Amino acid sequence: MAKREYSFYPGCSSQKGASSSNYLVSVQTMCEELDIQLNEIPDWNCCSASIGYAGGGELPRLALSARNIALSEEHNPGQEIVATCAACWLATRETQERLQHDQGLLAETNTALAEAGLTLKNDAPIKHMAEVLIQDIGYDAIGAKVKKPLEGIKIAGYVGCQTNRPFGIAGESYENPKYLDKLVETLGADSIPDYEKKVQCCGGALAFSEPEKSQVMIKGIIEAAYDHGADMIVTPCPVCQMNVEVYQDQINATHGTKFKMPVVYYSTLMAVAYGRSAKDAALNGQVIPAKQLEALAGK
Amino acid sequence: MADDKKFAGFICTGCGIGERLDAGQLETTAKRDGKMATCQQHEMLCSKEGVQLIRDAIDKDGATHVMIAACSRRAKVEAFSFTDVAMSRANLREGVIWARPENDDNQETTQEMADDYIRMACAEVKYMNKPKMSGEQALNKNILVVGGGVTGMTAALETAAAGFPVHLVEKTGALGGWAAKWHKRIPGRAAADGVGNGTNVDLPMPMDNDVEQMVAAVEASELITVHLNSTVTKTSGAPGRFSVDITTESGSTATENIGAIVQASGWKEFDASAIPSLGSSNADVVSNVELEALAKAAGDGPIKRPSDGKEVKSVVFVQNAGQASTAEGHLPYHSGIGDLIAIKQAIYFKAQNGKDCDTTILFDNLRTPGAAGEDFYRSGQQQMVIFSKGQVGEVTSGGNGATVSFKDLILDEEVKLEADLVVLDLGMVPNSGPDPYAANESQEGMTDEEKGDAKAAAEIAVPIDSILNLDYRQGSDLPQLKWGFTDSHFICFPYETRRTGIYAAGPVRRPMDIKQAQDDATGAAMKAIQAAVNAGQGSAAHPRVGDLSYPSFRKEGCTQCKRCTVECPFGAINEDEKRYPMFNESRCRRCGTCMGACPVRVISFENYSIDSVGQQIKAVDIPDEFSEKPRILVMACENDAYPALDQAAMSGQEISPWARIIPVRCLGSVSLSWVTDAMNSGYDGIIMMGCQRGDDYQCHFVRGSTMAAERMAKVGDTLSTLNLEPERVIVHEVAITDIERAPRLIKDMEEVVERVGMSPFKF
Amino acid sequence: MSDMNKAMVEKYRNSFLSEVEANVEEGEWVKMCMQCGVCAGSCPLGDAWEHTPQKIFMMIRAGKRDEVLASDSMWMCTSCYNCIVRCPRELPITHIMHGLAHYAKRLGIVPQGQPTAKFAQLFWDNLIKKGRVNELKLGLSLYFMNGFGEGIKTSLKMKDIGLGMVKTKRMNPMEMLGGHAVKDLSGFQKVIKKAQELEEARLAKHGA
Repeated sequence: MAKREYSFYPGCSSQKGASSSNYLVSVQTMCEELDIQLNEIPDWNCCSASIGYAGGGELPRLALSARNIALSEEHNPGQEIVATCAACWLATRETQERLQHDQGLLAETNTALAEAGLTLKNDAPIKHMAEVLIQDIGYDAIGAKVKKPLEGIKIAGYVGCQTNRPFGIAGESYENPKYLDKLVETLGADSIPDYEKKVQCCGGALAFSEPEKSQVMIKGIIEAAYDHGADMIVTPCPVCQMNVEVYQDQINATHGTKFKMPVVYYSTLMAVAYGRSAKDAALNGQVIPAKQLEALAGK
Repeated sequence: MADDKKFAGFICTGCGIGERLDAGQLETTAKRDGKMATCQQHEMLCSKEGVQLIRDAIDKDGATHVMIAACSRRAKVEAFSFTDVAMSRANLREGVIWARPENDDNQETTQEMADDYIRMACAEVKYMNKPKMSGEQALNKNILVVGGGVTGMTAALETAAAGFPVHLVEKTGALGGWAAKWHKRIPGRAAADGVGNGTNVDLPMPMDNDVEQMVAAVEASELITVHLNSTVTKTSGAPGRFSVDITTESGSTATENIGAIVQASGWKEFDASAIPSLGSSNADVVSNVELEALAKAAGDGPIKRPSDGKEVKSVVFVQNAGQASTAEGHLPYHSGIGDLIAIKQAIYFKAQNGKDCDTTILFDNLRTPGAAGEDFYRSGQQQMVIFSKGQVGEVTSGGNGATVSFKDLILDEEVKLEADLVVLDLGMVPNSGPDPYAANESQEGMTDEEKGDAKAAAEIAVPIDSILNLDYRQGSDLPQLKWGFTDSHFICFPYETRRTGIYAAGPVRRPMDIKQAQDDATGAAMKAIQAAVNAGQGSAAHPRVGDLSYPSFRKEGCTQCKRCTVECPFGAINEDEKRYPMFNESRCRRCGTCMGACPVRVISFENYSIDSVGQQIKAVDIPDEFSEKPRILVMACENDAYPALDQAAMSGQEISPWARIIPVRCLGSVSLSWVTDAMNSGYDGIIMMGCQRGDDYQCHFVRGSTMAAERMAKVGDTLSTLNLEPERVIVHEVAITDIERAPRLIKDMEEVVERVGMSPFKF
Repeated sequence: MSDMNKAMVEKYRNSFLSEVEANVEEGEWVKMCMQCGVCAGSCPLGDAWEHTPQKIFMMIRAGKRDEVLASDSMWMCTSCYNCIVRCPRELPITHIMHGLAHYAKRLGIVPQGQPTAKFAQLFWDNLIKKGRVNELKLGLSLYFMNGFGEGIKTSLKMKDIGLGMVKTKRMNPMEMLGGHAVKDLSGFQKVIKKAQELEEARLAKHGA
């Protein structure tokens, strides 16, 4: 089968030495296994995520993503744009839609882009990696590659916000998306379909600016996973992963809990299930080690 | 006469009846117990051949009374339509084989059930006669429409369009009513398909007023005779033969013969002086009706306020003014369309006084009924009308016009808002005549002292002019349900009133806007035409459409107690000069409430009588006390309960093998004698299933179910004198949707019998 | 308050709604809110809001300009988009909250010390400098945004988290010295500058 090619927008947090660099490593492993070729958008810039609004206005913010789309259209023509980060995907897709519906804003955006010699056609489809997996690859093909089923591991599928709303994955509901559970099952692990916090907000960027308020929400997400007997949490979003994983010690100190719940990416699970090494799965990137996955990868 | 009767029975063995039941035995039962002269079986009686079999029995063998044992009387009505004979139906399919499980243990009781239904149908037909015409029928195509507003004009135009002549009576000097005064109309359509949410989308706008065109169309119609400055001063007779006096202001009277009547007497504005706290004395506080005049006067220019002619730059709409309120002098109900009116009028300001005219609607619960509905609300929002959920305390003068004090219920704070103009959303009060039953019904449950007060109050109250001046024993006008609105069966027969052949339409029935009134008027016009045609054929109106029977009474037995005249829900019965009841056939709905009311059992229909049911009750085989086979009599209203039981059987639910179900026209027709006879003949329990009663009644004859409940309340005493437990007789309200509940109610009675024991009256 | 702001208060005295419509991102939707309150019930940080989105919309219509713009409320938005997907009238509520926050910042009436406002500005400044976010610098400037003393305290509190990130190679102390950047930095910055100019010009037409 021919390789699938996509124009890839990795985003700031997946850069070397950044907070979700481990995500990128496991995504690359996963893509190797699935014959997916990711062509990085040359010289991409930050999308300003969902927190850029205060500093930048509407148009400067749109210009950020517009530059990325324009670069992709220029250098990776005809390829769908794929992002692994929820915020990157959301900001890029939001920009595309806003500019499709507002010709005035589109004209202004192009005037701004012209400063760097760029033009926006704005017609490349923009996908989250989860969409590539579900729509382009399919569960059957994903399952066919499994060499080490994740048997006996119970995993809470935490979808979070921005991969789910406002766009979400086609065919899934906002209130109870099921694709992570299906993926977990496809990899041979046990899912928790009625995990009630699967679309609960983790605080997003406010985990930095409003840590107390955010950590109360994070606590709920972890607690519910424990209540269902989860061994770990899986998520498709770097902000979710980081927020839910790294504050557990602080939450334990504040709330007297004893959390030690590994939080992994779907790509981590897939890399392990596909028989790849702990390094390829970026298990060394876990602040809270996923011991069951390490054991499986070491076999 | 007896010699003229020839009884023929027919048993269908199709649909599994032949497999489940011993048809030979049924035939024997029909002949031996049911006294059928002949009884034939057919494997599919509703087929062409089966129907021909019956047809031949009538035409060739001279059968006058036909008993058909097949499916429910509600099924195959077209096939089994033999209007030239008396006919009864034994329900072997839904009533027996579908209601009982198919196994050996139940075979005996199932066959017994079927045998009983054969006996009952034979007994019934024996006491039926083919309904014959009374001879008083004549087709009178003239339709009277009372009221020349949008409703009345629409009714007139629709009637004329169907080729029926109309007399349109209007009290004032011009057609058009309220609507002629409106600047614009509430839109009658929603946004086009595919118009979604948005901030600049194509949403419905107020429509141009087209009342003038309507008036012109009425005036141009050759079939419509308009009587301006006129009122109806007397209405006597009955559908098909109403005699109506139309009197002009100057006093000259013309008498017209009328087939049926549409009452479109409309509404009047609630009197704002009853709510002085809302500033009704301030010139710049106007009613929504008054605002229409201001807007109309402005043409397409800016609306000016009344006090000083200043262009309005800020306007506040106070919704729900004095409505849906229990405070004294307020309207107890909400008129429903006030928010649509406010949105329409707010858009006047945005269009005529400029987009920067501050336009605020203080609503309670925003209601936007009708076709445009939510889209019209969005239309107002899109034009920057401010909607605020606010509870208005008072409207005071001062400042730059008026100040509205309200509590913002979203922001939870008290606000004072100044405005050049304040518009009050006043309710619609129906223009009804005096309620014939107001005195008796409102005084139920009152003490004597309270009754005295009520009488005194009634004497002080301004007398209400009659609209129709009916020459009926039961009052001059249409009965009302609540708050002055005419009574109708709201769900099933909204146009029907409690006076057959007279249809209320428009805001006299309930508050409504022009579009709704037009739809309402069209419906009422069609009903009026139907009533005139029915009267011409001597057949009943809803719900017993086509029934040619009508009540008659045995004069020698009548004690002139008047119960029938009082209890008839439709005012069908007058008194003759010797004070005997006088049945007006075409006013009658054939419910039988008079029959149920008659203490001396002298009232009957040719096809429904004390005997036609009483003999069914007696025909049932009652096993002895020790057989462990109780018998439960179920008298089920044919409108809801009986179909519910049929459907229960169709959906595979079991019905108790001890039940013997008799459909009745209405629980109102149930004679107390049936209950005592049944008890005396050894039934162990009796269930009466009728429609919901009370203000939100479902009774198809309005009062029948209520009358039955009142009568049966006294049955406990009778049971006590017989030394029987009162729980053996029960009245249930059963809806047509009670498919699971209805069989359960019978099961409940089974348990009661188990508990209190078998009846000691078995012989 | 600047003279321009004062002038605007006068100009829009009774029509804050019009001001929002003209100057706030997606502000033209505010008038279409039907006050059902689903947004308020859907917000994960709803309890932390002084005024829920439903109330903010009503306050805008009620002309409560200062109360709205100086409110802490819209800075509580986590961008979870729950309100957007549930709004029966399909108002882009999240964006309107962002727009209101940005407008308040533009007018200089953000509540004193609002942490999200500060963080958001730091984030923007950080990304504009190199075209990509430098998480380490962003983090440190966040910890020190309330002054040096507070910064040391917060840094100590966050030390373990930082160490965990460094150990797993998800944070690189060397980033302090340079870090990731777009190559065509001048082109990038010109684009953003132009966009800012265009937006300023457009809003100035509406009096902002």
